[in-house]
Amino acid sequence: MLQINSHNKLMSMSREIRKNKVLFLMLLPTVVYFIIFHYIPMPGAYVAFVDYNVNKGIFGSKFVGLKNFQFLVQNGDLWRITRNTLLYNFVFLVLGNIVQIAFAVMLSEIGSKWFKKITQSIILLPHFISMVIVGVFAYNLFNYDYGFANMVLTSLGFERYEFYSDPYIWKYIIVFFKIWSSTGYNMIVYLSVITGINPEIYESAYIDGANSWKKIRYITLPMLKPTFVLLFLFGLGGMLRGSFELFYNLIGNNSVLFPQTDIIDTYVFRSLVGTFNFSMGAAVGFYQSVFGFILVLTVNAIVRKIEPEYALF
Amino acid sequence: MFYKTKNNVIRQGLSDNLLKIICYTSVGLFALICLFPFALMITSSFMSEKEIVTEGYKLFPKKFTVSAYKFLLSNPQKLVNAYKITIFNTVVGTTVGLFLMSMAGYVLNRKDFKYRNFFAFFIYFTTLFSGGLIPRYILMVKYLGLKDNILAMILPNVISAWYIFLMRNFMKSIPDSLYESATIDGAGVFRIYWQIVLPLSIPALATVGLFLALGFWNEWYNAMLYIESPSKFPLQYFLQKTINQTNVQILINQGVMIDISELPTQSIKMATAVVATGPIIFLYPFVQRYFIKGLTIGAIKG
Repeated sequence: MLQINSHNKLMSMSREIRKNKVLFLMLLPTVVYFIIFHYIPMPGAYVAFVDYNVNKGIFGSKFVGLKNFQFLVQNGDLWRITRNTLLYNFVFLVLGNIVQIAFAVMLSEIGSKWFKKITQSIILLPHFISMVIVGVFAYNLFNYDYGFANMVLTSLGFERYEFYSDPYIWKYIIVFFKIWSSTGYNMIVYLSVITGINPEIYESAYIDGANSWKKIRYITLPMLKPTFVLLFLFGLGGMLRGSFELFYNLIGNNSVLFPQTDIIDTYVFRSLVGTFNFSMGAAVGFYQSVFGFILVLTVNAIVRKIEPEYALF
Repeated sequence: MFYKTKNNVIRQGLSDNLLKIICYTSVGLFALICLFPFALMITSSFMSEKEIVTEGYKLFPKKFTVSAYKFLLSNPQKLVNAYKITIFNTVVGTTVGLFLMSMAGYVLNRKDFKYRNFFAFFIYFTTLFSGGLIPRYILMVKYLGLKDNILAMILPNVISAWYIFLMRNFMKSIPDSLYESATIDGAGVFRIYWQIVLPLSIPALATVGLFLALGFWNEWYNAMLYIESPSKFPLQYFLQKTINQTNVQILINQGVMIDISELPTQSIKMATAVVATGPIIFLYPFVQRYFIKGLTIGAIKG
């Protein structure tokens, strides 16, 4: 019975392919692409369970079970980078959304068209440049010998400050540049929600004597809530993924700053190009993928319960 | 609900004005903060080496000089080469990516394509789970042999699940009756895509094309992972190397040997950054409209 069933399925599949030959051909490059670049590396995560030897390849290397993970837990690396990744992402998410909503609301209150257009464009501008340039900006501002910040400090009569050897101050610098570069993008998403609000609601509130503060408090913010919840929840789903490009360009290989600035992605990267410990890096990467996957599924299940039409799948 | 007294209206007006003032100043201030690093980078690139060494980077230098740019222009081989690589990656990557992803979006949107949901999930799943950086690196280097190959900077970014869904979602707005009447007129599946769907999808193509082009223009990550020969460095990676180098290395990197003390090494770093960002800042006013439109097309849901 089962055999006949699968035989039938194959038959109908091949009939389908013959019928829609061109459609299959048009999709083929994309399917092949995803197989090669996304599906084939998945079983490659097995490298996390071996002692990787370049000559023997992934499946020829010696199987060591959970030894790589054990090592990472014991030396404290895993805990440190997990904590840093989660904390940074949480601050990015909470502070980021507050700033984005605040500026979307404030922009919507601005009457002058040209002022609104120009400021909106400027606030979005940082989104367009590469993180390498952001690294240049940091160098330009915080360099010990020539940096702008030190020039301001010395002209005010203070000592020069060695920013690049103080891990604590980089927490704030990283958060600053993250907010700086990412505000414009979601601000526009929020702004488009505000522009979509029916103006009659505001008019009737005005007639009822509500001032602009009240209109924001009782109309605009409640209207933004669904978008906020959606963006926030899916931000939570990506909590284990780091902003590698930002961290790498600000911190680079400055190991003095690592205690406060090392995240999962920078750790995996260094295991690849610095220490060449592929198995250790893959172990961290596997841990990140699995827990990241569980996180997304959990968040999606929650969204499905609260607001089914917002669920991603 | 409320009875509107004269007093009330005045109070309403006062607090509204206060809000207006707060909004204008905070938005204006934040815009200045966004602009500041750009301004500092540009003015720094016009500073004389002497002023930088003695007084540091400034927003308002005492003296403007173009010596850093003169230097860049007098030894342009490496920079021009990096520009060529970046332009090549951007043009090829964007064109190929747009073609393949618009086709995929079109197929996934065809109601007569029985397996469209299966393939949509097949593509979507890759955004949820990945093998990670190390397995992909091993695949690229050991099994595909792409180390130090220009394709290593294009292939990893040429197709993205999100853009395929953005395309498909946009194409959903094209009425089915157009397909039907075209089919009756004898047009094949590919011809409908090429002659009907593509021209109608120009807004989506413009948006995705812009996203893609921006990604390829700003790409340095894959270059850092896979590219070894300096002749294949793209612009951003070239810039990153320049910033992290000491003065002497910069000279070697730029391909010259002259008296070091004469050289505007600190302003060269900033001038290189200006030259690498220039085209984006120049094109920005023209393209940001499409970008904003694209954000509202379907950025939230895949």
